[in-house]
Amino acid sequence: MLSAILLGFIFSIFLVFAGKYFKGKLAVLSSLVPLVLFLYFLSFIPQVANGEVIRANYEWVPSLGLNLDFALDGLSLLFSLLITGIGFLVFAYTAAYLKGHDYLDRFYGYLGMFMGAMLGLVLSDNLLSMFIFWELTSISSFFLIGFNNTSEASRKSAVLALAITGSGGFLLLAGALLLGGVAGTYSISEMVGLSDSIVQSESYLWIVLLIFGAAFTKSAQFPFHFWLPGAMKAPTPVSTYLHSATMVKAGIYLLLRFTPVLGGEDIWNTTLITVGGITMFYAAVHTLFRTDLKGVLAYSTIAVLGLLVFLIGLGTEYALTAAAVYIIVHALYKATLFLITGIIDHETGTRDVTRLAGLRKVMFPVAIAGFLAALSSAGMPPFVGFIGKDLVYESTLHMGSWAIVLTVLAIATNILVLYAGFVAGIKPFTGKLPESFSKVHLPSFLMWLPPVILAVLGLVVGIFPGLIDGPLVQPVVNAVGIDDSELHLKLWHGFNTVLGLSALTLGVGFLLYFLVKPSKAKEKGVARFDFIAPLTLVNNFGNSFRTFSNWWTRIFQNGFLRNYVSTIILFLVVLVGYSLFSDHDGIPIDFSSFSRMTYYEMIIMGIMFLAILFVVGARSRLTAVVAMGVVGYAICLMFVIYSAPDLAMTQFSIDTLTVILFVLVLSSLPKYLSISDYKMKAIDGVLSVSFGILITLIALEVLGEPVNKEVSNFYADNAYVMAKGKNVVNVILVDFRGVDTLMEISVLTIAAIGVFSLLKLRLRRDDRELKD
Amino acid sequence: MKTIILRTASNYMLPLLLVFSVFILLRGHYLPGGGFVGGLIASIAFVLHAFANGLGDTRQLIRFHPGFLMPTGLTVSFLSGVSPIIFAGKPLMTGLWYPHHLPIVGNLGSALFFDIGVYLVVLGVTLTIIFTISESV
Repeated sequence: MLSAILLGFIFSIFLVFAGKYFKGKLAVLSSLVPLVLFLYFLSFIPQVANGEVIRANYEWVPSLGLNLDFALDGLSLLFSLLITGIGFLVFAYTAAYLKGHDYLDRFYGYLGMFMGAMLGLVLSDNLLSMFIFWELTSISSFFLIGFNNTSEASRKSAVLALAITGSGGFLLLAGALLLGGVAGTYSISEMVGLSDSIVQSESYLWIVLLIFGAAFTKSAQFPFHFWLPGAMKAPTPVSTYLHSATMVKAGIYLLLRFTPVLGGEDIWNTTLITVGGITMFYAAVHTLFRTDLKGVLAYSTIAVLGLLVFLIGLGTEYALTAAAVYIIVHALYKATLFLITGIIDHETGTRDVTRLAGLRKVMFPVAIAGFLAALSSAGMPPFVGFIGKDLVYESTLHMGSWAIVLTVLAIATNILVLYAGFVAGIKPFTGKLPESFSKVHLPSFLMWLPPVILAVLGLVVGIFPGLIDGPLVQPVVNAVGIDDSELHLKLWHGFNTVLGLSALTLGVGFLLYFLVKPSKAKEKGVARFDFIAPLTLVNNFGNSFRTFSNWWTRIFQNGFLRNYVSTIILFLVVLVGYSLFSDHDGIPIDFSSFSRMTYYEMIIMGIMFLAILFVVGARSRLTAVVAMGVVGYAICLMFVIYSAPDLAMTQFSIDTLTVILFVLVLSSLPKYLSISDYKMKAIDGVLSVSFGILITLIALEVLGEPVNKEVSNFYADNAYVMAKGKNVVNVILVDFRGVDTLMEISVLTIAAIGVFSLLKLRLRRDDRELKD
Repeated sequence: MKTIILRTASNYMLPLLLVFSVFILLRGHYLPGGGFVGGLIASIAFVLHAFANGLGDTRQLIRFHPGFLMPTGLTVSFLSGVSPIIFAGKPLMTGLWYPHHLPIVGNLGSALFFDIGVYLVVLGVTLTIIFTISESV
């Protein structure tokens, strides 16, 4: 199973090297990758339908509980089939849609990476590896939204989407760590058994909120929905694949996956119903005011995502079955509508629904797909959408005292979703064909066949619901914690309330479609309220944050080296001094324990003191540098006396090099100036003396504290036994703490590269200016 | 500072100091010394040479840009760090030791290679910084 997940990544790495061969006619071959995976996952249906869970475990970092554990149950299987199946169609479609594009190979690379990440996400049984794949989907989505990287709007949308979904990723990580801490395991299937103790733990509320945060940002729930319409800047295959059929459903997947672990509590259900309800209604109303086909589809996608969250919140057997069915329904019809939009955009050059009409005359197969998809989204019998909508009403009607409110909300949303589906799937194809579109023709079959396949599937599954009931829907319902569901999908339930509600939805929906036409005027009208839209608020927040950080940086990074040093030292003195003096009555220094000073120590101290006086009073830089060198060498002598030869040697070499470095630059520095007045000098003096006193006090106090010698004893005892070295300092450097050393030499290298590039690059620019 | 005494002396000092730096590097595991100090001493050797003979001569002597020592050293250290994972299936940075005692070097282990990497990086960093600065000012 690992190879199935890695195939997407391997494919995209392969494209880095072989990409140039896949830009031309061979591009369509890349759709074989998802096709193979689709067939592979299809072969698991009989086993999973029998209630088996196929597992594959690979150890990665077992000490952290981070393992690549994969489990394929009904829920994972449904998502895997969507990812690979729709992936196959989208890969094929892209070959024609972006034919001849310079970066077609790159595009396939991102798509492959996304597919691998998404499969990893839905198959992971380990919460931490799930998080990693979750982040990978956000990152590949970022690349795909920003694919047209010459357009500023698409770059901005990409950053916004990454910011929102990425912060959701952080929440997921935090939630995962909390959950792992409470459960004592990161395995999701083990958590299901521990559900009771998790729900009763103190952190339950936090866990739920964090998981909600992750799911709501990823699945574009109100008030985080605004990145999704922006993400429509991506090429249409991306919108189809990531931002409608698969990635945005990752949040839904997360909620479904954790329903058996965290669900059933009030906070879980109420929050999901509220947020889902607001999202679905808010987004559905928005579709009335959009004229861009993709805008209409984006908002109706958000509405359906809201509906799914709402259903998970209801949490009953009916509701969860409805959610499972609706995931399939939505993937089938919404992907179709997006693909059609792509075709229209590709052939006519516009997505403005007010200008599109009569296209059935020039692209008949596409029109059929559009009609079928629109009818399925409307919930007409005998489409699969009808079954989905039935189940939704069935589940809201069983909600006791809230039944009426919830049902009305669901009906209103469905009416508006119907409207959106008709606008996108029927409106462009009916009416009179405008003159300007008479030359429009049917694109390559690679483009029109995928939407037709999907739309026909929607019809077939509706007529024979048994095709998905046993193999797909029941295992999903079992996977989310409801055993032995008695509920079976049927097209015809007889004459009852639900049928009446369905008829009502259809009737009002048709009426709405014929009465309300999308228009620019309405789009402008709603733009008046943009100032309170979450998108504007977030953008304003981003702008003011940037202004603030500019201001803050300019205060501290003012370009005067001496100010930096003073700031750092002042901060240290205040902070350390406060904590040193606030806790104690006095500083416990045990003077009696100090040994007497020997005469050579006094001599060294005297030399140091004199040298420091020289530095302070120096009238030239050379004097100051040499005097500082003397201080350094005196410290070396101290190290020698206290038998730290390693330190002494290093200090000695460093001091030598420092003096050499100073001498090198000395000649080209400007003339020595005394810029500080007496006031400045006094402040500097006070600062440096207080810093010196503080460090001395700390050193003395440390000596007075009882020392925990466990660590140093460990090093001393084990240096020879474990690392075969007698020089403990060196053994610590190269063995015990070798990773630290590795990081340090990397930092050194970075510093050297910094010096090199600063000086060399500046010189080159000077050269260039001279030439001009 | 191109005095004849310093120039003559530096010609003899350079090999001596370099040998000394390698000596310091090799003894590091048992006695005071190690890659860091060794690298510093080696760079002092070259800097001294540059002082006496001019930077151009020293550059000619080294033949390649000292900056190349940095990635080389990092690679050596990194490989010695991951070698236990590759060869012995043990965690990162576990010491691997050649079982027999070698003349002069003593026990040969991955830690020595790690230290050699540190030596090269420190030499490369110091020389890059000092050469760059002295060329640019």
